[in-house]
Amino acid sequence: MSLPPLVARGLRKRYGDTHALDGFDLEIESGAVHALLGPNGAGKSTAVNTFATLTRCDEGEVRVAGRDVRKEPAAVRSSVGLVGQHAALDEILFGRENLVMFGRLYGLSKSAASERADELLGTFGLLDAADRKVSTYSGGMRRRLDIAAGLIRRPALLFLDEPTTGLDPRARNEVWQTVRQIVDAGTTVLLTTQYLDEADQLADRITVMDAGRVVAEGSPQQLKRRLGGDRVLVTAPAHADLDRLAAALGGTADAELRQVTVEAGQDGGAAALTAVVRALDAAGLEVDDILLRRPTLDEVFLHLTARDAAPTGPAPTGPAPTGPAPTGPAPTDTASTEGALR
Amino acid sequence: MNAVAATLRQSWVITLRDLKHWQREPWTPVFGIAFSVMLVLVFGYLLGGAIALPGGGDYLAYLMPGIFALSMMFGIEATMSAIANDSKKGVTDRFRSLPISGAAVPLGRAGADLVNSAAELAVLMVGGLLIGWSASGSVAATVLGVVLLLWLRFAMLVLGVFLGLTFRGEGGVTAVQVLVWPLGFLSNVLVAPESMPGWLAVLAQWNPISATAAACRELFGNPTGITGGVLADHALLLAALWPAVLTLVFLPLTARAYRRLSR
Ligand SMILES: Nc1ncnc2c1ncn2[C@@H]1O[C@H](COP(=O)(O)OP(=O)(O)OP(=O)(O)O)[C@@H](O)[C@H]1O
Ligand SMILES: [Mg+2]
Repeated sequence: MSLPPLVARGLRKRYGDTHALDGFDLEIESGAVHALLGPNGAGKSTAVNTFATLTRCDEGEVRVAGRDVRKEPAAVRSSVGLVGQHAALDEILFGRENLVMFGRLYGLSKSAASERADELLGTFGLLDAADRKVSTYSGGMRRRLDIAAGLIRRPALLFLDEPTTGLDPRARNEVWQTVRQIVDAGTTVLLTTQYLDEADQLADRITVMDAGRVVAEGSPQQLKRRLGGDRVLVTAPAHADLDRLAAALGGTADAELRQVTVEAGQDGGAAALTAVVRALDAAGLEVDDILLRRPTLDEVFLHLTARDAAPTGPAPTGPAPTGPAPTGPAPTDTASTEGALR
Repeated sequence: MNAVAATLRQSWVITLRDLKHWQREPWTPVFGIAFSVMLVLVFGYLLGGAIALPGGGDYLAYLMPGIFALSMMFGIEATMSAIANDSKKGVTDRFRSLPISGAAVPLGRAGADLVNSAAELAVLMVGGLLIGWSASGSVAATVLGVVLLLWLRFAMLVLGVFLGLTFRGEGGVTAVQVLVWPLGFLSNVLVAPESMPGWLAVLAQWNPISATAAACRELFGNPTGITGGVLADHALLLAALWPAVLTLVFLPLTARAYRRLSR
């Protein structure tokens, strides 16, 4: 089957005056992790719930493996798994009982359901806690059980809505491991997140969304490349002559931050850093701090989703950020990141 | 597997889950029963001596079927808060994302609540027998009385699921917990409507719970306290019809509320 696991076109959903989805498009490739990245209220959960048939859109079309979520919700439900933003477990039942119950609801026999439950409890390191009430679980354990419940039927497509929000770094790592296992086992994953490092770590492709629309789309590398190459940030002491420093280093000065930014050329960051140090030495200049910066997804994110707040940090070589992010027509999902940013 | 069998199977899984809740946290059903027992004690012994029945008869024998009906009605709180709790915790959303029938979750709940109510009824009846109440009608009539009580409970269940889905906040459950009191008491459950002012008496007679209580009194051979009005001739019919009407009205509304659920 070469049908894409999920295609969404022109989704619109209003809640009163809020446009939760405002002309949203998405296409997911099979066997990959696709991250939907956006700030609070961007419409991530609304999008995912629409894909999983929980929410009905006002306009637009969603096809999961070729099936329309509106016309064939039952067929869609049997091929996807949803792990919602908030843990959806029975707190009074034991961990194992939760999995067995969901397994039986999926149509497994009693013995098949408990076999599958044991298998998943093993995979997710929950065997020790299997016979305890879920209300006694830690946040990380709950999240893992929640994800396990979404995997009972080995769905072709799994939605994970903010799987690591509220987890400590260790638990987050565990969930990341879990997601990698899931993909290795052949499931396509659509995950939403507000964390850039999470998208960077896990995703093959990232769709940045804000205010119900796609703001940019591409691989993590493509998105980072948007901000140009490495650069060296030199912080000057309080009374130093910033312009002299900038001239000596061949960089641009930022009076407010008392910083000079030197763009690295083709030779990369290390060469630029060495050149900066040599130039400082030759000119006999003193500085407070020298930093080699690689562009992070955070910067991409801030630029793309900047609304009224002016983006911080030195301007990259790329096009300057354009005031309120999505002013023009919504970019299509096939547009390159360059095109998508406008 | 055909659709009906699949739905029943899924409902059964939900019923077992709901029953397990009570097994793990028995205080909810135990408190429900204790509450009815308390009503019997308060009205049967504390206030009963001051209550005279129109047409005569033993007040305790009159009271017991009323308490049975009242406890069926008060069951609405348990149903509603269980449903509201599920949808608040997100479990309902997971159920809705599964490839199962939309009727399975409410039906499963119905199964569990009916089991609970049947148990509660059994405890109350045995307790009643111990303090001197008795059902002197035929076995068939007694069974019919019990069926009518559970039929009322079923209608309250449907209503409870609907309310639980529609008013999910804490406020919704609390409002119902307060409202059941005047609605439950504005009936023939505790005192005969004949002793009430005219317009109240009319309302009390037409209260669905009055029909069930009056029908049970007839079927169990207990004093009815009725000297006239609709319930004098049509108690049985109304006890069968009222829950049917409530169910017919609220079942489609419940199905709609379930489909429309989205957070
Ligand atoms: N049931 C609802 N009723 C009213 N408004 C809603 C509802 N659900 C979502 N919204 C609004 O739609 C917008 C998008 O919400 P959504 O939950 O999809 O955002 P999100 O990207 O998932 O945010 P978060 O990161 O906080 O989970 C928000 O402004 C939200 O307030
Ligand atoms: Mg969300």
